[in-house]
Amino acid sequence: MSAAADSVRRTPVVGRLSSGRLIDLAYRARAFGILAALAVLIVVTSAIQPRFLSGNEVNIVLGNTTILALLSLGEAMVVITRNVDLSVGSVLGLAAYASGNIFGHLHGMSAGTSIVIAFLVGIGVGSTCGVVNGALVTIGQVPSLVVTLATLYIIRGIDIWIIGGGQVVASSLPDAFFEISLKSFHNVPYLALAVAAVVCVGAYYMRSFRSGRDLYAIGSNPQAARLVGIATGRRVFAAFVVSGALAGVAGVLWASKYGTLDSTAGTGYELSVIAAVVIGGVAIFGGSGSVIGAALGALLLNTILAALYVVGVSPFWTQAISGALILVAISIDRVITLQLTSALRRRRARAATA
Amino acid sequence: MPQRHDLAERLRPLARWETGLFVALLAIVFIGTQASDQFLTKGNLFNLCLSIGEVAIMTLPLTLIVIAGEIDLSVASILGLASAMLGYLVKDGWPMWQCFVVVILLGAAAGIFNATLITRLGLPALAVTIGTLTLYRGLAVVILGPNIVSNFPERYTSIGVNGFGGTFLSWSVAFFLVLAVIFGVLLHLTPFGRSLFVMGANKDAALYAGFRVRRIKFLLFVLSGVICAFAGILYTFQLSTAVQDNGLGLELNVVAIVLLGGVSIFGGRGSILGVVLAVFVYAALQNALFLTSFPQRAFGIVTGFLLLISVLVPNAGSFARRAREALRRHGARAAHPVVESN
Repeated sequence: MSAAADSVRRTPVVGRLSSGRLIDLAYRARAFGILAALAVLIVVTSAIQPRFLSGNEVNIVLGNTTILALLSLGEAMVVITRNVDLSVGSVLGLAAYASGNIFGHLHGMSAGTSIVIAFLVGIGVGSTCGVVNGALVTIGQVPSLVVTLATLYIIRGIDIWIIGGGQVVASSLPDAFFEISLKSFHNVPYLALAVAAVVCVGAYYMRSFRSGRDLYAIGSNPQAARLVGIATGRRVFAAFVVSGALAGVAGVLWASKYGTLDSTAGTGYELSVIAAVVIGGVAIFGGSGSVIGAALGALLLNTILAALYVVGVSPFWTQAISGALILVAISIDRVITLQLTSALRRRRARAATA
Repeated sequence: MPQRHDLAERLRPLARWETGLFVALLAIVFIGTQASDQFLTKGNLFNLCLSIGEVAIMTLPLTLIVIAGEIDLSVASILGLASAMLGYLVKDGWPMWQCFVVVILLGAAAGIFNATLITRLGLPALAVTIGTLTLYRGLAVVILGPNIVSNFPERYTSIGVNGFGGTFLSWSVAFFLVLAVIFGVLLHLTPFGRSLFVMGANKDAALYAGFRVRRIKFLLFVLSGVICAFAGILYTFQLSTAVQDNGLGLELNVVAIVLLGGVSIFGGRGSILGVVLAVFVYAALQNALFLTSFPQRAFGIVTGFLLLISVLVPNAGSFARRAREALRRHGARAAHPVVESN
């Protein structure tokens, strides 16, 4: 069901396709399934309410997706290794505050320089949190669910401790900083293009780099991965650092999008991120899925919410519907997996009798 | 030499996680009384009980679920859903006993839904209950919308003002203690309870040994739904308010307390006594810190560190063992170079 199995079982079995190709095909179909769902959704919604395809609406949906997609990218890498990072919402909050706050200390610098510094601060905060998570999971040998649940609390607590009742106000930030989130090219925010590029880089890495493939192998079977000589600890550690760093960047973008920051920024956001990843077809117990799928999951989630709003469904329904969506997505994955396993078993039986 | 071994053997039962929690609890109470003479007053202890009661009740079914090797993250959303439903029905003018029946049935339905997805469809409990966490909270939002219901009969809302039988125990904690005894007997003294440990330790072995793993897990999730709905009723009366975000985020506290109680996240290990002690350690620490100048909302830092300690300390022994093994292997390799597989 995974990369490792894919490369090991390359011998063509009786039938048209090798098992590896079959698996590959099934998971590619899963990613196309999201695109198909997206297409159907857009067609149906715009038939009911043409305003849905207006530039303004597209701009809003894509703008909302950028931060979620970026977090989903990091989360997908972690989940593929059979771990989970629940701390992303808290990391985002801390990084958003740190980067927003830094502008107050950078008097007399050009807007460009101070924005670069803000991003560096965000990435620094994020990757530090990632290092802590990664070290506790790999060196401390503690399950990531527990570690990141703990750091979710601790990082949010630090955030609250530092900020107290105060907040960063929008007027203390340079205008150029807001433009990062606002500027768009024919109603497609530049930021969305940048995030799409980052996701593509992540997908290329996961597909074509040895260390990227290692992440799948670790998620499919951690013991086997260790036995074939993969540096499992180092890879998992790196996945957490990347997830933390991306959450840091997302925090800076959050600051640029909302301007006013208090200690609640990003609270509970980890659940949306995991929802996006799961909807995007990344198995919660690792080993399969793609980062493109996760990003598309984020896009689908936001598009559905926007569609409901445009069609006039009460916004009170949005949360219930995103919950239902998660359940539908994991059920579909389960069905695909079951079909695939039985198909492979039949093939193997046929190959044995032939 | 054998004598020393004997002594170590005799002291072993004392070196349990529960003992550590008990000592920690005593230390916190001691420090609390030193820090503030308010700590042991009846009013403060009552507040302490109020702050923890519902969370404490929800830890009990979760303990069983985690020991059986599963997880339920939807507990606080079921509490919220129950609270919203209670508010809706009361506003609608239903008689109180009918409200209770409907709310408890709703909790059971929520549990059955979780259980069906997990045990019948075979979906991972973590993913399912993250989904239903969102779904049930979403339904609470749908039921109540922006409304706030607070016209509950005073007979019931008095549980947020007066203790049980005039003592400092809140009704919620009194219920918790009774339920804890029932759950303790169920877990530690019945075949049902033993089967949970077997399932958590090795699911396949439990299946081959003839345990009805799916049915037992089904029952656990339904039980969790019912108990969480009950906690939702208490929560609503105690605050005398039903809003859609009642109990938002409490699932993390519940999980944190269960793990702090020495229940292994991998299943197969844990005790009700440990969880009960963890409840009081958590509540006492929170309360003691609030009497100082500690920023209340930053208490998460303490929760987080408690959680980390509770998983790192049991690992400390295996760290030492692994370090020793690594050293020995190093020495052995120097003498006879062999390829080790670990």
